[in-house]
Amino acid sequence: MITVEIDGKKLEVQEGTSIIEAAENAGIWIPRFCYHKKLSVAANCRMCLVEVEKAPKPMAACATPVNEGMRIFTTSEKALAAQKIVMEFLLINHPLDCPICDQGGECELQDIAMGYGRGISKYSQGKRSVEDEDLGPLIATDMTRCIHCTRCVRFGSEVAGVREMGMTGRGEHGRIGTYIKHTMSHEMSGNIIDLCPVGALTSKPNRFEGRSWEFDQMASVASHDCVGSNTFIHSLRHEAMRVVPRDNENINEVWLSDRDRFSYEGVKSHHRLHEPRIKKNGEWQVVSWHEAMAFAAEGLRTASEKWGADQVGALASPNSTLEEFYLLSRLMRGVGSNHIDHRLRESDFSDQTLRGAFPGIAGSLNDINQQNAILVLGSDLRREVPIVAHRVRQANKNGAPVMAVNMIDHDLNVDLAENIVASPDDFVQQLSGIADALNGKGEPTSEQKAIADTLKAAEKANIIIGHVALHHPNAVAIRALANAIADLSGATVSHLTDGANSAGAWVAGAIPHRAAGGAAIETAGLNYLEMIDNPLHAYIVMGISPDFDTAHPVKARAALNKADFVVSISSFTSDILSESDAIYETADVILPMVPSAETSGTFVNATGNWQQFQGALKPQGEARPGWKILRVLANFLKLKDFEYTSSDEVLDAVKAAVEANDLMSRVEKSLVLTSLPATTSGIAKVTQVPLYRADQLVRHAPALQHQLDESHRSARLNTRTAKLLKLASGDRAVIQDADESYVLPVMIDDKVSDNAVALSAAMVGTKTMSDFFGPITVTKG
Amino acid sequence: MKIGKRLVKTLKTFTLWDLLKGLRLTGSYFVKRKFTLQYPEEKTPISNRFRGLHALRRYPNGEERCIACKLCEAVCPALAITIDSEPRDDGSRRTTRYDIDLFKCVYCGLCEEACPVDSIVLTPALEYHFERRGPNVITKAELLAIGDKYESQLAQDREQDSSYR
Repeated sequence: MITVEIDGKKLEVQEGTSIIEAAENAGIWIPRFCYHKKLSVAANCRMCLVEVEKAPKPMAACATPVNEGMRIFTTSEKALAAQKIVMEFLLINHPLDCPICDQGGECELQDIAMGYGRGISKYSQGKRSVEDEDLGPLIATDMTRCIHCTRCVRFGSEVAGVREMGMTGRGEHGRIGTYIKHTMSHEMSGNIIDLCPVGALTSKPNRFEGRSWEFDQMASVASHDCVGSNTFIHSLRHEAMRVVPRDNENINEVWLSDRDRFSYEGVKSHHRLHEPRIKKNGEWQVVSWHEAMAFAAEGLRTASEKWGADQVGALASPNSTLEEFYLLSRLMRGVGSNHIDHRLRESDFSDQTLRGAFPGIAGSLNDINQQNAILVLGSDLRREVPIVAHRVRQANKNGAPVMAVNMIDHDLNVDLAENIVASPDDFVQQLSGIADALNGKGEPTSEQKAIADTLKAAEKANIIIGHVALHHPNAVAIRALANAIADLSGATVSHLTDGANSAGAWVAGAIPHRAAGGAAIETAGLNYLEMIDNPLHAYIVMGISPDFDTAHPVKARAALNKADFVVSISSFTSDILSESDAIYETADVILPMVPSAETSGTFVNATGNWQQFQGALKPQGEARPGWKILRVLANFLKLKDFEYTSSDEVLDAVKAAVEANDLMSRVEKSLVLTSLPATTSGIAKVTQVPLYRADQLVRHAPALQHQLDESHRSARLNTRTAKLLKLASGDRAVIQDADESYVLPVMIDDKVSDNAVALSAAMVGTKTMSDFFGPITVTKG
Repeated sequence: MKIGKRLVKTLKTFTLWDLLKGLRLTGSYFVKRKFTLQYPEEKTPISNRFRGLHALRRYPNGEERCIACKLCEAVCPALAITIDSEPRDDGSRRTTRYDIDLFKCVYCGLCEEACPVDSIVLTPALEYHFERRGPNVITKAELLAIGDKYESQLAQDREQDSSYR
């Protein structure tokens, strides 16, 4: 610690901190444009010039480290004069178009110009103008406004890991651009909107729609991935306007993924359900809530009386709130059925009784940055949980080797120390090889041995099991092997789960084998796959479309079609891009539920962080929060103890259940794998859910849908597999998948492993796929 | 002395002196020049800064001036202005809705002060009324029509006032 004096204040600061940091910690604000606490120091805007005693010239506060006994003056005559002159230079080429600039009102340049700018410009020559870049559907540009702070450029190279933006030319001829014209495709690219201190980069979806000062701001939690990024929802006259990140160092730091940022458009979709409907004699009718509830309750009661309570099942979206899960779980158990599940994209559940409190990330998200080695298993991290991908990249930048075992050579944006790309069948064998290498038996390959050695050598190592592995038909074997590898090497295991609240579903009992709080139940109910394999007579489905939100679209839809009574609690009528309205075809009663932005609730993220949020917007039409719908439905079913008057009361009930069962101290037990699953030969699918097709809300956000590209609509295979199947790029591949077949354009992609065809789920073209990983035959069409 | 004062008072009382004094003043107005204007046939001249009914102006080429910066909406002390905006087809920033609630408006003229493009103005028009609720909220189309009607007057008034700004 050294002593410095800033504006007469004596401060004890860490050696090596810059003046701007030291001042900020002491509550002294120095004007700046290019400096950002999460980015490297560029010192090119010169706005933060301050006077330092004995220094002949003003010093840039962001680039000058403090020294013992330094005396700094941030508002002295010399410092102010320097800042004013810099401001004048910056304003020379900045257009005076604040009234039409979306940044107006929250613009750093505007704010500082108010404090340091001259009232009247001395400059009368022509101003520079720069042609705008087309950065795609998310980011609007007005490059004339750019002041060359290079925050966006540094964000690309340091945080995102993709140098999408760069600067060409010097001085007045400097241009920020994409070098070669292309659309910003990075999953966190929207952050440059927040970073830009001026209005050069602004949000395209809400371009010109409102002003920062007129927005109402409500804190919320993003509802798409298992980390639960903290957000603010900005609304104008009860209409969602934009979503911006809320700083939380433990979760999303200051960043926000594009999915969390732009999915608010889905809330405004024309496909929102506004009133309850029932199907009477094959005709849909709009009815009152009372009538719809009575109809739903009557249908469920009849079904359970006629065929037995165990003929009623519930399928809930993993994005439902903790309160919704809890009430649904209690409602189902009140009816007398344990058939409830949220794991709609998984297909291997045999280790469910051994699991801990909930599958999640070991430790905190900050711990990921501190790892000494990371092994990624079956995960396209960047397109599953962008914030975790960012953390892994930071760990890699801190020196941790990152290794991957995948079925597709996903671009993880890190220098992979070891990279095994195995076919879906071979995937488990590869893990077994790593475990063998640690055990010192068998004949592991050099890569397997290297991974084993790195994990063992690392003081702190983490094995991250991603969505691809989670959805794999041998997910249990993968988990067992990962646990074995972890035990042998001293690593920890992290599971990335689907949706925003998978952990909440485990806590609240939206799983067939445990009640709320993890309480034991006598006989486990049917899991998702069993529920659709042996169709039941009645279902409650919440927040899902069978075509897009399950791993078995054909079976799921057939089961719902076959059922005698289906209650659909949903926010949307149909899926955009979908040719048919699955919800109308399969349901008997539709209860309109609001998306998470319009309800209060809680998400439990993968690190076990309970994040409560309030409704930021007014419910649209007659739509109601899910917890209210379930509470009243339970009342109509005459179930006991459903007298909750607020979501807080429901939350208290969950907390009480968790405490009563001491859920949080429950640890995961490892399954001992006696034999490896049998391998099959032939061509197999490797299916991923595209980032922007993951749930109903994001599928209704138009700007994000434009980010989907040809690869999501194609069947991707590598050159060798293509040669084997006599297919070439541009051909149409006829994919025979169980009893269905579908035709997709062929795309040659050498990142895909041998004997595999990479497909995207939740797309219209693959709506008839039987499962995510099964065998297929591919012929030229 | 006391008797003298009382005598004067009695005299004044019986000669109706105070009444006559008052009638003299009244009578003087009978012959003086009259100020009464026969409204609506006759009208007073009004200042070029008069703040009457609102209008949205256009540029001489017919393009609407308003750029939807929403400064008028922000400055309005009575919250009488409601604006919705979005990009027009040519990419420019335009309002899709510009409503002024004339029941809320206090005719302070701050909107005109705030406007960077001299779009929203208060016209000299002061003769308007509403017989039911609804029309008191004037819309963008109406405001532009008022602007078109008074444009020459508005331009002239602002020209005259420009040297004082």
